Amino acid sequence: MAIEILMPALSPTMEEGTLAKWLVKEGDEVKSGDILAEIETDKATMEFEAVDEGTVGKILIDEGTEGVKVNTPIAVLVEEGESADDIDTSSKTSDADKGSDTSSDNGSTESSLDDTDTDKPMSSQPAASMPEPEPVEDPEIPEGTEMKTQTVREALRDAMAEEMRGDDTVFLMGEEVAEYQGAYKVSQGLLDEFGSKRVIDTPITEHGFTGLATGAAMGGLRPIVEFMTWNFAMQAIDQIINTAAKTRYMSGGQMNVPVVFRGANGAAARVAAQHSQDYAAWYAQVPGLHVAMPYSAADAKGLLKTAIRGDTPVVFLENELLYGQSFDVPVMDDYTVPFGKARIWQKGDDVTIVSFGIGMKYALEAAEKLAADGIQAEVIDLRTLRPMDTKTVIESVKKTNRCVTVEEGWPVASIGATISSVLMQEAFDYLDAPVITCTGKDVPMPYAANLEKHALVTTDEVIEAVKAVTYK
Amino acid sequence: MAAAKSPKKSNTSKEDLLSFYKEMLLIRRFEEKAGQLYGMGLIGGFCHLYIGQEAVVVGLEAAASEGDKRVTSYRDHGHMLACGMDPKGVMAELTGREGGYSKGKGGSMHMFSTEKHFYGGHGIVGAQVPIGAGLAFADKYLETGGVTFTYFGDGAANQGQVYEAYNMAELWELPVIFVIENNQYAMGTSVQRSTKSPSLWERGAAYGIKGEEVDGMDVLAVKAAGEKAVKYCRDGKGPYILEMKTYRYRGHSMSDPAKYRTREEVQKMREERDAIEHVRDLILQGKHAGEDELKAIDKETKNIVNEAADFARESPEPSLDELWTDIYA
Repeated sequence: MAIEILMPALSPTMEEGTLAKWLVKEGDEVKSGDILAEIETDKATMEFEAVDEGTVGKILIDEGTEGVKVNTPIAVLVEEGESADDIDTSSKTSDADKGSDTSSDNGSTESSLDDTDTDKPMSSQPAASMPEPEPVEDPEIPEGTEMKTQTVREALRDAMAEEMRGDDTVFLMGEEVAEYQGAYKVSQGLLDEFGSKRVIDTPITEHGFTGLATGAAMGGLRPIVEFMTWNFAMQAIDQIINTAAKTRYMSGGQMNVPVVFRGANGAAARVAAQHSQDYAAWYAQVPGLHVAMPYSAADAKGLLKTAIRGDTPVVFLENELLYGQSFDVPVMDDYTVPFGKARIWQKGDDVTIVSFGIGMKYALEAAEKLAADGIQAEVIDLRTLRPMDTKTVIESVKKTNRCVTVEEGWPVASIGATISSVLMQEAFDYLDAPVITCTGKDVPMPYAANLEKHALVTTDEVIEAVKAVTYK
Repeated sequence: MAAAKSPKKSNTSKEDLLSFYKEMLLIRRFEEKAGQLYGMGLIGGFCHLYIGQEAVVVGLEAAASEGDKRVTSYRDHGHMLACGMDPKGVMAELTGREGGYSKGKGGSMHMFSTEKHFYGGHGIVGAQVPIGAGLAFADKYLETGGVTFTYFGDGAANQGQVYEAYNMAELWELPVIFVIENNQYAMGTSVQRSTKSPSLWERGAAYGIKGEEVDGMDVLAVKAAGEKAVKYCRDGKGPYILEMKTYRYRGHSMSDPAKYRTREEVQKMREERDAIEHVRDLILQGKHAGEDELKAIDKETKNIVNEAADFARESPEPSLDELWTDIYA
């Protein structure tokens, strides 16, 4: 019986990869453990081993092919006497979808993030393409500025590299940031350019290196601390809040702590409760901290540069699912984005949708679908949560008279709850409907694929909320 | 006290002995005054006195050079006075006044001085240890040649982050001296009731860090050990641990009735091992000064402390605007 060899998923969030190299050819005999191919993900190049024995009957995907979806058949193993030509594989490509949820909103968490793909086989899924409205307001980008397409990952790396070139006291430390080139490859290439004095692998010791970086900041340096994910920073939260955030105040303004804490925040994919938490509301509560949670690559770059330059400790919340997403980034010598200034992604008169970080994905998807129903949403990306640009939100609500907030974190004491409270106090007379806060569900993140999808906020929930506040 | 004591006959100079005497006496009188002001309600919250432990900071400051850094816990008044911070500014911070080092916003446990390279004043037990390693990291990175004195108590020595800091400090050969002020009680829990480790400094060996135990009631022994540790760090050999065997005469904080030890135990230490009396004896035996001269020093010290207390009472409370300042750079 012939066996199909499928494109493997080599990380929790991998959805596709490049088949970099075949190490076997048709006709080769292979046994379990033999290396068949090298597969390149956005994070690493991995060797792919055979699990079964047989002869390589047919190679279905040529080496060098990019964007090969997980679970796509890439080769066929045959047993003695079989011929590869007898095997029909073309009808089986849809197997790639197996294992993912087949409910109606399939794709809202996963495939929709892959808009940069040109040839994805998941055509059966609802069109979940990323709406790309023209940015309405962004005074930081002069008119006519050249743009280039960049992933969030590259934008973050460029921001660090540019700031490190400009200031010798800026350095990066964290687990696997140097020789491994970053657990999520955000720091790729930095060790080569800046050397081991400035790109420093730490032991696995979050509490310790967070305190150490905070001390180094007090001692005259400008550390960037990468947490592999923010989940691990809970081991270090005392140093972030009790030392970094409060020292300036406790010293009567004598001592600044110019440190940036950054890393992946929020749910990734199928990593369950201890590795899937959004800390936006937690850190946004702390005076003395600045908190950024960018969505686009341009904002990731501009905000990170601002963060590194500032003298205030910054909590910089990134998202693993966004790292590989591409956006237009302005080609400018020194592109920075100020903290405390929201960005209006699209204008609309019927409802204000406020979000930030990965929540913007749901907000923009919802806005696009709502537009088809004749509802024009104004979509605001807060970009930073402390300071928070509530003024832009209030001004928008004065026009639309309705507001829906979208975030991935838990509902109690959420960012949405804060926005709602601000609107109650400062725009009460303008509201024609109660503010609805769309959030992650009030549960620890489950592992099962279908449960995880429903634990997160969904595009459908945003649409439903908008219809409720617009009485449609 | 297992550690060696300095000989009765000291070859320390008259100037050094008199300066140790003055500095230790200043800390003691200052702390006694702080205790009084606390009793009068002029100082609020937590107030941890350093009485009994004066030889540790005074001896180590004598081994430090300009530009060296220091960071400690919440029992910090002595460290600030020893590194040359103004007693008025410290006392006014204790009373929460505008003239305090943190404009009244930090209090007893949270004071800083960029000028004197004093990096706090930290209220979370053990938190200052990785911070101290980080200050040393900055010195090494910037090639300043500076050394950081990172003080913590026997209580903090059981915090995990201390060992995280040890590991990185040795790994990266940071110029940091970890000073364990073992005053034998972590609040009310004696060392014997909190660990079976025979000595705290030896734990550094697990990370490859050298160290030693020192008689922390003997300022000359402290200074000698400090000089050795400073040289080790400045030579680029990495961190060093000094475990100072010392004793606090007062309770953990002002509200501690100290029922966990006997009055006799405290009295015995005061009578037999007092650091200030020790130096006083050396001065008198060596005929470096007479009783009258020491009395004059006592008087002068009391004046400094009284002036600080007056300043701390008279300095106004911070303006309400201060509530909103110094949060962001």
